[in-house]
Amino acid sequence: MEYFLQQLINGLSLGAIYGLIAIGYTMVYGIIGMINFAHGEIYMIGAFVAMITYLAVGALGITWVPLALLLMLAASMMFTSVYGWTVERIAYRPLRSSPRLAPLISAIGMSIFLQNYVQLVQGARSKPLQPILPGNLTLLDGAVSVSYVRLATIVITLLLMYGFTMLISRTALGRAQRACEQDKTMAGLLGVNVDRVISLTFVLGAALAAVAGMMVMLIYGVIDFYIGFLAGVKAFTAAVLGGIGSLPGAMLGGVVIGLIEAFWAGYIGSEWKDVATFTILVLVLIFRPTGLLGRPEIEKV
Amino acid sequence: MTTISASTPAARPVDWPAILREAALTAFVALLLTVPLVGLRSVDQPTGLGLDTRFDQVAAVTLLVFLGRLGLGLIREGRALVVLVLSLLAAAAGFFIELPSEELRVLLIAGGAVLAIRAALTLVTNRSTLSQAERDKRMDRVAAKVQHASRWLAPIGILFAVAFPMMPFADRQLIDIGILLLTYIMLGWGLNIVVGLAGLLDLGYVAFYAVGAYSYALLAHYFGFSFWLCLPLAGLLAAFSGVLLGFPVLRLRGDYFAIVTLGFGEIIRIVLINWYDFTGGPNGISGIPRPTFFGIADFSRNGADGLPSFAEMFGLEFSTVHRIIFLYYLILVLALLVSLFTLRVRKLAIGRAWEALREDDIACASLGINRTNMKLAAFAIAAMFGGFAGSFFATRQGFISPESFTFIESAIILAIVVLGGMGSQLGVVVATFLVIGLPEFFRELEQYRMVAFGLGMVLIMLWRPRGLLAHRDPTILLHGRAKGTQTGSTQAAGGTAP
Repeated sequence: MEYFLQQLINGLSLGAIYGLIAIGYTMVYGIIGMINFAHGEIYMIGAFVAMITYLAVGALGITWVPLALLLMLAASMMFTSVYGWTVERIAYRPLRSSPRLAPLISAIGMSIFLQNYVQLVQGARSKPLQPILPGNLTLLDGAVSVSYVRLATIVITLLLMYGFTMLISRTALGRAQRACEQDKTMAGLLGVNVDRVISLTFVLGAALAAVAGMMVMLIYGVIDFYIGFLAGVKAFTAAVLGGIGSLPGAMLGGVVIGLIEAFWAGYIGSEWKDVATFTILVLVLIFRPTGLLGRPEIEKV
Repeated sequence: MTTISASTPAARPVDWPAILREAALTAFVALLLTVPLVGLRSVDQPTGLGLDTRFDQVAAVTLLVFLGRLGLGLIREGRALVVLVLSLLAAAAGFFIELPSEELRVLLIAGGAVLAIRAALTLVTNRSTLSQAERDKRMDRVAAKVQHASRWLAPIGILFAVAFPMMPFADRQLIDIGILLLTYIMLGWGLNIVVGLAGLLDLGYVAFYAVGAYSYALLAHYFGFSFWLCLPLAGLLAAFSGVLLGFPVLRLRGDYFAIVTLGFGEIIRIVLINWYDFTGGPNGISGIPRPTFFGIADFSRNGADGLPSFAEMFGLEFSTVHRIIFLYYLILVLALLVSLFTLRVRKLAIGRAWEALREDDIACASLGINRTNMKLAAFAIAAMFGGFAGSFFATRQGFISPESFTFIESAIILAIVVLGGMGSQLGVVVATFLVIGLPEFFRELEQYRMVAFGLGMVLIMLWRPRGLLAHRDPTILLHGRAKGTQTGSTQAAGGTAP
């Protein structure tokens, strides 16, 4: 039972991270119908910016942990958003009316570029860090211990999700975003600046991915330039699993993938956890091709 | 006077505030992008990670971006000549002036060169930018010409490829590069069947390459089978795995299909890594036997396994290059086999069914084409060719490990197909030379290779979204549609028989 609870919390925090990345995929797919392959790299950049901010904050002599964390969060969200915006502006916007494969190849190119760019400017060695938020919360008389970092991940993700849902459902921006998702041409005719909305979608997705990157850095304490690929693929899996285009679906998919991975690693062995993820993806797609929360696709001739 | 001012756009006054504002904005974005990642570099220190500042580079990058954007703005305003001269000067300066880092130098030279090309093009065509449609039309015309020329271009290319190892300048290194290029051309042609003909986006082609390579390596390792026995077996096993994978997956559409193939590619790699007892895990398999000369001679000095030495048999002086030349011809034949197959199959019912599927899935279903079988056939055949290429790869390297079969390989092969123009055989060759060949000649610039590779992929797509030699015409048209003969129309619809 204790072991189960432990894995449950590990899985939830991991799932929260996948969910945060998956939202970026699902939003972009919903609005322009492309797989943003470079999104995993955006998450990796988020992790790097957070690490650099942490080092800079340390160099400046700020030792109060909450302030340091807040600065890291702000810096990584801001700078990573600029990356998200730039990627869209350079690599995707000119290709919006092109055949479907063109933006995908462009995205793969961008992903290769960003990965090697970070390797070039930050070095190829993995970056280990001292634990920033050490300590555990013990529950059930010490049988279950939850690190503060994992707890913080879950809490921050919940807060962000709440804020994000409000943003999408209540504000003018969210309305415009949903309008563009349904029909870009019509939204444009009604005075929505479609380009701006798409740019903002990328900015929002990048900001959430940056939070995920920072959390991963805090939890595992080591990052390298290659972490974006696998996390990106899994987050995309999560987005597809939840039903691509659906925001709650992305979060749900993320949590499901996180839980599967944690329990598989906990009970069966960590070597095969990636196989489990992909197998479940394949099974879900075969039996429920629109994902858990997706709307069925209508075939138009 | 009006005629003069119309013919020389430079007569217009330059809108400096707008250009400067645009350049400043771009430079500001560049500043934001580079401050955290370039300006602050994390370095290993005895006490853990430390920071190293390089703000001089950030400033230099920002300035370069500012100037570059200014140059682009000026070209648009009709001051191309000035920009051409200045950018050439800048690129030249990059060669001679000391800069804070190697990266900046590359950036300056490359940026200057790109700007100069842009300016020169503007000067020549007297137009600042072509619209996407115009550019497409022009490039289409070029592509059509090239396609037409492929009638005589292809035989010349093949003749050159055959004669290449005999040429005086062909040393061992060049032949090695030739083998590499041909391997990717073969993979590109193989994937072209799935992506270019059948229109299925396969992101996990490398899985079949891996199946082929490991089939040969394991069969040779455990049973001592020879390469010539394993080559067809590897193809069969790869085709079989293609069918296994295809059955559940082919019902999926578009992007779902893409992501599942990616997943399968990863699964195969993870299995190879984790099944330590059988596949050797991350260490891979070494000592994979080299191919013999069709089982009658060996390429070692004194022969092996009871086979005479190749050099002795043919009365040649022993040289290690013989084996490499043999490998070169082997992959050439294999690649040409794929090409010939594709050329022929496009004219058969099944090939036409693929092309039809690519254009319209639903129309095909209503014409009575069995979509699943057609797609499965495309998948299995492409997988078989991938398997052939894989076992060739294993025998050439003598060592394989899961490292060689990462997603990036799939991405590169897909990039070759799409960059070349889907469905175009010649396009695959051109794209392979660009994607594999070009970086191969810049080995010294090792660390910039992949950066430039990624950027190049983006740029080619921006410049030509449908691929360099896009070619989507159906291979066979019904001439005189209005009174199409009975046989013609049954042929067009009768794509069910594989």
